[in-house]
Order: sequence, then C-alpha cells, then structure tokens
Amino acid sequence: MLRLCTVLFLTLSLAACQVFTHSAIQAQDDSLYKNLGELEGITKIIDIFIYEIGETDEVLHHFEDSNIDRFREKQIEHLCLLSGGPCEYTGDEMLEVHQGMNITQADFTAITNALIRALDEAGVSIGDRNRLLAIIASMHAEVVYQ
Amino acid sequence: MTAPRNFLKTLAYFCCCFGVFVEVSHAGGQLIGSAGVTQMEGSAGGGIVPWATITGYGTRDEQSSTAFSSFVSVDDYRMRAYGVAHGFNNRTEVSVARLEVSAKDGGTELSENIIGLKVRLFGDLIFTPWPQVAIGAQYKHGLNAKGLPASSDSTGTDFYVAATKVWLDGPFHRTLAVNTTLRFSKANQLGLLGFGGDNSDDRDLLIETSVGLFLTRNWLVGGEYRQKPDNFNAFKEDDWKNIFVSYLPNKQMALTAAFVDLGNIGGLSDQNGGYISLQLSY
Repeated sequence: MLRLCTVLFLTLSLAACQVFTHSAIQAQDDSLYKNLGELEGITKIIDIFIYEIGETDEVLHHFEDSNIDRFREKQIEHLCLLSGGPCEYTGDEMLEVHQGMNITQADFTAITNALIRALDEAGVSIGDRNRLLAIIASMHAEVVYQ
Repeated sequence: MTAPRNFLKTLAYFCCCFGVFVEVSHAGGQLIGSAGVTQMEGSAGGGIVPWATITGYGTRDEQSSTAFSSFVSVDDYRMRAYGVAHGFNNRTEVSVARLEVSAKDGGTELSENIIGLKVRLFGDLIFTPWPQVAIGAQYKHGLNAKGLPASSDSTGTDFYVAATKVWLDGPFHRTLAVNTTLRFSKANQLGLLGFGGDNSDDRDLLIETSVGLFLTRNWLVGGEYRQKPDNFNAFKEDDWKNIFVSYLPNKQMALTAAFVDLGNIGGLSDQNGGYISLQLSY
C-alpha cells in the first residue's frame, strides 16, 4: 500500500509536468469569454479593476500620465481577446507599453491582486479566475523589469 | 517539559530573532502561497521536503523573514522543530533551526541544531515555463553524541538540489505546485540519530517530492514523500510520507496540519500520527 502511494506520487508529479507545461498565451476557445459574462461582464470587471488600482497607492505613480478612458477601452479589448472573445486589440504591444516604466515584481503582484479582487467582486469562479491568471502570467516577462 | 512553558520559550525565541531584522526594508511582493512554508529542518519548503523557494514573499528588490514552529506526535515519539530564516532578494536563504525528539516513555531525548543555506540558481516557480531551481546545504550538529549508536557521527551536512513549479491553471482549473528534490545525505532520521552507520557510512542520493493543489487561494492540500537512508544493521529506517492541508489566511501566517507516516524509528515500527506547524512571515 505504501509502496503504491509512493509510485502514485512520483507518477503524478511526472504526469503533471508533462500535461501542464504549455504556457497559455490566449484562450483556445470562447468558453472563458462566455464565463466572464462576455463584453458586458468584462466591462464590469475592468471598471472594478480600475477602481481597485486607484486604491493601490504603491502603483499609482505608474498611471500618472495615463489617459484613463483610453486605458479602460484597451483593457476591455485586451481582456475580451485574451479570453477568446470576438474583439480586436488596438492597443500597443505589451513590451512596448511597459518598457522604461520600471515595473517591479511587487508592482506586478499588486496589480494582479487588484485584478483578483475585481474578479472576485464580479463573481467570477475560482476556475475561470485561474484560467485568466495563467494567461496573464504568460505576459509577465514583457511587463516586469523592462 | 510542560507544553505551555515550551510554547512561551519558543515565542520568546521568535520575538528575539524577529527583532534582529526589523530595521531591514521588508515587503511581500509575491503572490500568496508562492513562498511555501517551512520544513522540519528549517528550510523553505513543504513539511518534510525543502523546495526551491526562498523563504517569505520577498522579490528580488526585497528582504523577507520567517519563523516557524512544528510539532509531531506519532505512536512512540514526539518531535518538535522551530527556527527562523531570512531570504535575501529572492536569491539566497539562510536558516537556523532546532530539532528535538523524545520517546513518549521518557527514555530517549535527542536534539540537533541545523544551519541551512540555499541559493536560487534560476527560474521562477510561476513565471518561467521551466521550474525554479535551487541548491542548498543543511549543516547539522547533534547535541547528544553519547546517545548515538557508536558507528555514527554526531555532525554532518546534507546537500540538495530542488526544482519547484507552479501551474496557475492546473488540474480542475486549480493551481498546482510540484516539487522534486534530490538530496545527498547520510543523516539518520534527519540526523537526530547521527550520520552514517555500520551498514553504510556513505552519502546516498535520495529523492523527495511534494505535490500540492490550491483549492482556493487560501487552502492548499497535498502530500509528500521523502526517501531515507538505511545505515544501521540493528534497526531499519523507512521513507517518510504525509498528507497535509495548509491554511494561508494572509501573507503573514500559514498553518499546516498533516497525517504523517514515519515508518520504523529506532527499532519501533509503524510510527504514524499528526503534525501541526505554524509559520509567521515578515
């Protein structure tokens, strides 16, 4: 029995490594988009997200020169596209936007936490939240310490 | 050795050690849960396995400190571990821990001090497609040389390499953490029974693994396996296993409870029981 547990354990670790090593860039279908409540739900999420960023003092300096209306519009487009929705993202490339902003890991975490609070408040399930976070995490290298 | 006195002693010890680091700039710029907890020998990890994580939630711009206290009770023994660790810029970890075991019949009491050093080589457990990889050493100094079998040394050092990976969107769309560690060691029962023995006096290459699934951001369940050496002819040493649940209400605290199967210890077989551990982070 114990030996079995051990074998099961090692197999599970190896299987996990093989199944989940793909890094998500964008949702494969529109199920996440639908679960987020389509364009209406996504608009609500981004509105709460912007409010939550406003409550996060340590990152506000990054937004001093931002046009909030434009930021809101591009965020909605981007989230729609990333979640598999029928939108076109007309904003700049992630690397281009964030280059020279000196965004630290702590900034990235603070903004991710603001998004998590927005998703929670909008009633997004844990599973859908994790799907979205995995997509966002795949953009980490283009955002942080650039 | 009354429990409340022990607890107060431990608490006082924590407060002193925390005081040392108060002047340093601290923060917690990593996602909750990404630091793991502290394993029995004082390194950041699971309950019994050191991980590639650097203790606390510090980023490359930050310092982080943790303190932990763990209690194990199995059929014939009690174990207690406590200590502090400091993470420098998510790169290097230094830890100091004390490990004590006593037989419930009042016979044996053994203890050791452990100094740990860990360096993250490369990778980020969440943000790189490859795992976070670290190397580490645990220098262990036994305090009861007379109580040890004649064929073993009272002091020794373990070396290990650990790889940790987190998949935010894992099975069932839950976040999965997997760690595998290779340890080069001749420590008997973590070194409490000395190093090496009459059966073998060389270091063995041992595999250890932890798997955990975050049911929510605050609740983690999983299991661990740790292969052990078997250096004595007179009594056997078995591999260790546990299944655990951790509660992380915030980045300052983590509480872990586990069922542990420690097998044969010092000639007494089937040592099963419970484990509870508290970690505080700053």
